[in-house]
Amino acid sequence: MTYGNRLRVTSFAAALVLLVAFGLAFFAADIEADQGFSQKIFYVHVPMAIVALCGFVYGAIMAVQHLRTGDSRYDLRSYVAIHLAVVLGVGTLLTGAIWAKAAWGVWFEWREPTLVSFLIVFLLYCTYQPLRFSIEDPEKQSRYASVFAITAGAFVPLNFLAVRLADPYIHPRVLNQGGSDLPDSFRLPFYLGILGMALLFAALYQYELSHKHARAQVRQLRRKLGGEDEAPGRSAAPQVHSS
Amino acid sequence: MRTVGALLRKELLLERKVPQLVPAMSLFSVTTFVVFHFALGQRTVDGELAAGILVVTLLFATILGINRLYVADREEGGFDAFLLAPVDRTALGIAKALTLFSFLVLLEVVMLPAFAILLLGPGMGFDVLGPLVLVLLLVNVGLSVIGTLVGALAIQTRARDLIGPLVALPLLVPVVIGAARALAPVLAVGGPAPLEARWLGVLGLYDLVFGLLAYALFDFLVED
Repeated sequence: MTYGNRLRVTSFAAALVLLVAFGLAFFAADIEADQGFSQKIFYVHVPMAIVALCGFVYGAIMAVQHLRTGDSRYDLRSYVAIHLAVVLGVGTLLTGAIWAKAAWGVWFEWREPTLVSFLIVFLLYCTYQPLRFSIEDPEKQSRYASVFAITAGAFVPLNFLAVRLADPYIHPRVLNQGGSDLPDSFRLPFYLGILGMALLFAALYQYELSHKHARAQVRQLRRKLGGEDEAPGRSAAPQVHSS
Repeated sequence: MRTVGALLRKELLLERKVPQLVPAMSLFSVTTFVVFHFALGQRTVDGELAAGILVVTLLFATILGINRLYVADREEGGFDAFLLAPVDRTALGIAKALTLFSFLVLLEVVMLPAFAILLLGPGMGFDVLGPLVLVLLLVNVGLSVIGTLVGALAIQTRARDLIGPLVALPLLVPVVIGAARALAPVLAVGGPAPLEARWLGVLGLYDLVFGLLAYALFDFLVED
């Protein structure tokens, strides 16, 4: 299976939409009255967080498919989605910390339930790779990883609910206002930011999938040639068997 | 149902003949209270601090239990024997959850008096007991459900002592939030304030969601 054609389209679309979104964010959107220029990080941070959470949920859906059908391709998709979502999660926490420092003067704010929930979810998903890595049997590894992915996927909304309830404060900042509360000039770059980030996620997702397939094919061809099979280094990633 | 009963009897018999988990968890909890006394420099605690200490101690004692929950089955061939029997796989999960639940109840029978004697102020009466038991029942359900699932997940890994707590702790954060917030007014000075319904709601919802999830997923953890 090749991903080459779709890969090029998604990559260019992601680059284009992100460029337009950030261009609008910097030049067209008004400067926020309260926070000034530092509020611009909103157009990176929030889309990244939303896409990361969607990636976690997508990973859970693929894991359900994997357990239902037993098809290892779904396991690979679930793995790649969660892997990329964790990477975006690092970005979200970093940009969140920078924004918190600029807006509130602290690197982390416990009264901000979205940030706290995200940290907990991130910490949970950080154990996905070690869990995979420590199960040697590939079939069992993928089955257990799927059970984890589903449990963690269900955990995401519950955790947000619990943390939000635990917080007695109200947030005066723009952070928690939904799209409908946003001023008009903020709205378009924000939505484009989400779209661009989703496209970026899709492009990276296809890159990783095609990389895994290409590597499996190379290994198979090398084996056919009778050459030395490179010793497969231990990896938490699911094995791809090219047909 | 009969399978669950038989498995549960086996677990409880094992623990009665060779007590291992319940004494360890109880001893651990009392020691942890001593540690908290020195770490915080407090002679008595109340309110949020008391609720936090109680919940955290219970959580860590549970983690001890989760780590050992399946060790006997794995090392003495209990899994293989169970898989040979023509019974529903889920029965093992339900039995394990009930086992962990009963261990937690036994643990609390030791832990709560120790907590009252060592750390609670003299003003606490027995009227605390009612809401406390209610909250702890809901907490125990959540802890045993997650413990059953994560324990089964971790037992097959090479680094099970590491993976278990790493996965269980973040998963149990909502339980900690619900329990600590619910118990804070109960353990406040000047007698227990009424429980807030929303925390019972959070705990109940958590128990329900993860109970159903564990019921659906446990099958996949004992195949082979």
